[in-house]
Amino acid sequence: MQESATAQSDSLPAPQEHILWWKRKSIGRRIRLVVATILILIGAFALMVPLAWMISTSLKADGEVFLVPIRWIPKKILWSNFPAAITFIPFLHYYLNSIKVAILVVLGAVLSASLVAFAFARLRVPGKNIMFVILLSTLMLPQEVTLVPVYLLFKTLGWLDSYRPLIVPYWFGGSAFYIFLLRQFFMTLPTELDDAAKIDGATLFDIYWRIVLPLSKPALATVAIFSFFDSWNDFRSPLIYLNTTDLYTIPMALRLYMSALANTHWNYLMAATLLSVIPPLVIFFTSQRYFVQGAVLTGLKG
Amino acid sequence: MTAVQNLAKPKGIPRRRGKLLIREYIAFYLFASPWLLGLLFFVLGPTIASLVLSMTDYPVIVAPKWIGLSNFVAMSHDDLVWQSLKVTSLYSLGAVPLGLIFAFLVALLMNQGVRGVRVYRTIYYLPAVITGVPVALVWMWVLNPDFGLVNNALRLIGIVGPKWLFSRVWVIPAFIVMSLWNIGAPMVIFLAGLQGIPVHLYEAAEIDGATAWVKFWNVTVPMMSPVILFNLVMGVIGSFQTFTPAFIMTNGGPANGSLFYGLFLYDNAFRWFKMGYASALAWLMFLIILVMTLLVFRLTNRWVYYGGSIQE
Repeated sequence: MQESATAQSDSLPAPQEHILWWKRKSIGRRIRLVVATILILIGAFALMVPLAWMISTSLKADGEVFLVPIRWIPKKILWSNFPAAITFIPFLHYYLNSIKVAILVVLGAVLSASLVAFAFARLRVPGKNIMFVILLSTLMLPQEVTLVPVYLLFKTLGWLDSYRPLIVPYWFGGSAFYIFLLRQFFMTLPTELDDAAKIDGATLFDIYWRIVLPLSKPALATVAIFSFFDSWNDFRSPLIYLNTTDLYTIPMALRLYMSALANTHWNYLMAATLLSVIPPLVIFFTSQRYFVQGAVLTGLKG
Repeated sequence: MTAVQNLAKPKGIPRRRGKLLIREYIAFYLFASPWLLGLLFFVLGPTIASLVLSMTDYPVIVAPKWIGLSNFVAMSHDDLVWQSLKVTSLYSLGAVPLGLIFAFLVALLMNQGVRGVRVYRTIYYLPAVITGVPVALVWMWVLNPDFGLVNNALRLIGIVGPKWLFSRVWVIPAFIVMSLWNIGAPMVIFLAGLQGIPVHLYEAAEIDGATAWVKFWNVTVPMMSPVILFNLVMGVIGSFQTFTPAFIMTNGGPANGSLFYGLFLYDNAFRWFKMGYASALAWLMFLIILVMTLLVFRLTNRWVYYGGSIQE
């Protein structure tokens, strides 16, 4: 052990070589690096082609859409496809519906999940560990099992054809994953601050609201983003619960488009699709690090 | 002896402290109440209700009628149940291993010290952001037999492409190809796992004269095995839950060739309003997932290495 440690440090030019350790290897290693980069680029290119195809189609004239071989850059770029797609059905109306639902979902998820996470991270109670195990095991329960009874519950409450079935579950802790993620983050905050606040006469709610929440913005942002995506992309719940066309959210509106336009106006359909993914894309590009954190947490600690 | 007793049972908690403790208990239940209520109304209650419903005939318009295990007996004779299980398994067998292999390979490549990893990571993760209906629509167009991207590309190399979503043979491969678009999420997880492997393990192996291949099989794979296993299990569960793409792109067709289990369950519950039968289907799905998860863990016990501390 001792020997290997010294041998190691001899072969390394500097101790901080975690990232650059390949550098000490010569040409062979560099060739490997170039090959790796090329392969990564090929993969990245392959993944982006369908998106480019969507954008290209959305800007084409009707006839050009069905041209073989493909003409990637339209002869005349038709920006007018977008207004046409928006006015074909009241797309902006559905957009606002989706935004309305998503805002209420995000609020509910962040507030309720953080309250519960605070309880699990900061308060002592007999049987807390068992409750935490139950919390985690609900992650394994497929939603399909509860699908029918939850539908019947909302039906009994008279909530069909309203947004309540899409929003209310998020006000009850949302996904166990949100609670888990926040609890993990709260556990890393030092309790000294709590104690100091307690001496100053702060209540537990003060500690939650004035100390823990302001310190947990990255984790709260992660939950906000994930719940926004869950809501924005959800198709099955609106399909089950919404009947009135006027209430439709974006995925349902896209389905309306599809049944009206597929096989005829792929350009309009792709324009509408492109518009529908703008909010997720904007959020993704502006807050990437939260995504990576969240994705990693699901996979590594789950 | 007395010391042990003292440890086991602290002599009567002082009154004030007891009061504080009780206040803390109450606070816990208050703070946790959203989840506790949610657990009751949206998870535990419905789970029990679903089990009870699975033993009834319940077409919604009339009250549920108790029929014992008849639903489960009927399921075993239902050709569509077997078809949906076949479709889901075939898809799972193709999509899960291929997805994991590609995701793992890309993560390995990115972990070589390539420059601009952050940019590539963004690109690979991007498709995961636009899940659901938009992805289904884009891929319907990409896979269009006459004017789609894939068949246009195949035509360039002189191959007449299949009918993809319109062919009973090619519809599952089409869904598998489409699933590979979503390797971003497992890739990011793998990459974080790879970055968490202590460098000294590789260096120790190098000192022992290990080749890259040996290092891969004896350091990388064992250290990554819990992450791989987790993604494997989640992939299989995800296959059983596939709904939106199947509903939008083919609605189970052609001739039930893409009747995914999740879609079949939805059809029973909300198209044909066979709530009892749908609940029974849900429980069969739950049992299959449970058995498979346990099986995967049992079978892989030998090679999964849980000793390492893998951190982000």
